[in-house]
Amino acid sequence: MSDLLTVSNLSVRYPSREKTGWGKPKSYVSAVDDVSFSIARGETLGLVGESGSGKTTLGLSVLRGVEPSAGRIQLTLPRGTLDVTALSSKELRRARRHFQMIFQDPYASLNPRMTVRDIISEPLIAQRGLGESLDRAMINARVVDIAQRCGLSRDQLRRFPHAFSGGQRQRIAIARALVLNPDLVVCDEPISALDVSIQAQILNLLAELQESLGLTYLFIAHDLAAVAYVCDRVAVMYLGQIVELGPTRSVYFTPKHPYTEALMSAVPEPDPDATLRPILLQGERPDPSNPPSGCRFHTRCRYATELCATAAPTLREVANGQFAACHYATELTLQGAQDLRERKDERVAV
Amino acid sequence: MSLIDTYRAYRARPKAIRRTDLASQWQLMWWRFRKHRMAMLGMILLGLFGVCVLFPEPISPYAPFERNSKYVAGAPMMPHFFEADGTFHPRPFVYGVKSERDPVTLKLRHTRDETKIWEIAFFVKGDPYHLFGLIPLDIHLFGTREGFIHLFGTDFTGLDIFSRTIHACRVSLSVGLVGVLVSFVLGAAIGGAAGYFGGQFDNIVMRIIEFIRSIPTLPLWLALAAALPRDWGPLPTYLAVTAILALLGWTWLARTVRSKLLATRHEDFVLAAKLSGCSDSRIIRRHLLPSFMSYLIVDTSIAFPEILLAETSLSFLGLGLREPVESWGVLLYAAQSIRSVDQAPWLMIPGLFVIVAVLAFNFLGDGLRDAADPYSK
Repeated sequence: MSDLLTVSNLSVRYPSREKTGWGKPKSYVSAVDDVSFSIARGETLGLVGESGSGKTTLGLSVLRGVEPSAGRIQLTLPRGTLDVTALSSKELRRARRHFQMIFQDPYASLNPRMTVRDIISEPLIAQRGLGESLDRAMINARVVDIAQRCGLSRDQLRRFPHAFSGGQRQRIAIARALVLNPDLVVCDEPISALDVSIQAQILNLLAELQESLGLTYLFIAHDLAAVAYVCDRVAVMYLGQIVELGPTRSVYFTPKHPYTEALMSAVPEPDPDATLRPILLQGERPDPSNPPSGCRFHTRCRYATELCATAAPTLREVANGQFAACHYATELTLQGAQDLRERKDERVAV
Repeated sequence: MSLIDTYRAYRARPKAIRRTDLASQWQLMWWRFRKHRMAMLGMILLGLFGVCVLFPEPISPYAPFERNSKYVAGAPMMPHFFEADGTFHPRPFVYGVKSERDPVTLKLRHTRDETKIWEIAFFVKGDPYHLFGLIPLDIHLFGTREGFIHLFGTDFTGLDIFSRTIHACRVSLSVGLVGVLVSFVLGAAIGGAAGYFGGQFDNIVMRIIEFIRSIPTLPLWLALAAALPRDWGPLPTYLAVTAILALLGWTWLARTVRSKLLATRHEDFVLAAKLSGCSDSRIIRRHLLPSFMSYLIVDTSIAFPEILLAETSLSFLGLGLREPVESWGVLLYAAQSIRSVDQAPWLMIPGLFVIVAVLAFNFLGDGLRDAADPYSK
């Protein structure tokens, strides 16, 4: 499978609020720091990590929703390679048909003053001014088609967002993202604002659409169970960096980074008799504007040595297709999601 | 059957479409507004004021400068339906007036003469006037065929207060309207630019606004109004007073526009529009402006009474509009002497109109704000 998206050495810095006397920011917060990864066409890459680890910023900067301060983003399309970072603003608007986003909160991402039809057709209308020749009938046909694929009926298109529940709103948001027939879709926590009963529906819808439309997802979530359900590969972020990247199974069951181990111990088990034995991390999350020296995780890592405080580990392949940024990735034996809980049958045996 | 199929089957059931589902934001606002009784009352009152602004001549029984030398400084005359002995009169009437000179002070005193009955007639011929300055007419909404009627009494020169108050609606409310419109344009443009460009420009504009707002308003108006040449005619003075009030009144709106712009610029749906490839102008037109238009309307309806009160205060102090322009403030200016408080307290009736107009605008603004807030019940 060929790579659709290649991100290399991407960094995003935000200026801090404190200003020097001349209005220049005193320091910068690195929300995303030197991140590289690629996504194959048709694949779903999960992006997990705690709040503030830079997941959303990474997702947005891939679409240039926030401007990256360094690095390259390339999209390999059948017609050729598109260097997203080098596009001018006009070219970028034209190129947006190839990559779209689904937002976390369907209550905030839909304009309450527009009908569903207007919301879904807006990307088409925006592209019309950019060389795409689309008449009303074509726009209408496309909107109705994508709305029906997303489980919305034709007469719901006349309504306003306030007439819909959270799950239905997210369907509208998905339809809007897919109406341009994009190659890459960044899903920024698409289910975390929804009721648990609706979450599965939306996940299944996303999976169905991926199959029928040949989509590639960058799936950002903090719900590890949902990520395990839909993702082919998973990247784990901590403090703006990817600490581990690999096939979902390997990352979940044989993690190679101590942070992943701690994260996996928090996956809830749908078994009322299972007891969790979470690994509780010590201390606070460090200030991202002043990250720790060496390995960023060493302040909270229970396996940390002196080496970790001085030398920053690089992301290297430790097993087949599994990358980890830890000096001891090959030496440590870490527990996966399954090892971290007592099984019911074990207890019966006792 | 997957979850999605179950859901589709569930949704395939015919379901009644509620009226609210198809309603636009403005329709929802209107439905919510209609439930607000005080706001509806305010709107009706303002509608009546609007009628007065458009048709003061036919509504008032006399021309504003028509003197009644037989009834100088006369008290308000009440319409009656029952005569003194209790007989019902199908047509409302006012009692006649008996004038006699006080033998001690030699002052002319008016007393009610219950033997004379002056019936009130509707659509009577009276003083001729030109409707909108064009159509010559002499029909008045009400009047008397014999005698005279002064609902709010007369002043020391025998002018009918009711007619003058109705005529004054035009100037008082139009000063407010023009002032608010000019402030609206200035505030929206300056606040919009500050919010959109941000940075240093925003900083400077905000400091200027803070400076203007920190000056006590009344002394500032007084100083500016006192600077107007005394020999200017009524029309230039009227325009200048309006301009002064508008030039100082834009700051509130500039602040609202700026803060709303800053808030909505970071809404997810604006980012979504940007990510779908919308141009800046489309984002402003389709997403930013409509989302804070309702707040602007609310703010404007609340700012209106401020300008109205400012004009009234200035004129009351004799520094704003002056005779022969009629405004509520000008009428109140005449009521401020101790003589009028003692002998003709009805000269203060135009003050009631100011109070009613200000309250009506506040009720309306209150209702609009409740209706525009999507989170209110």
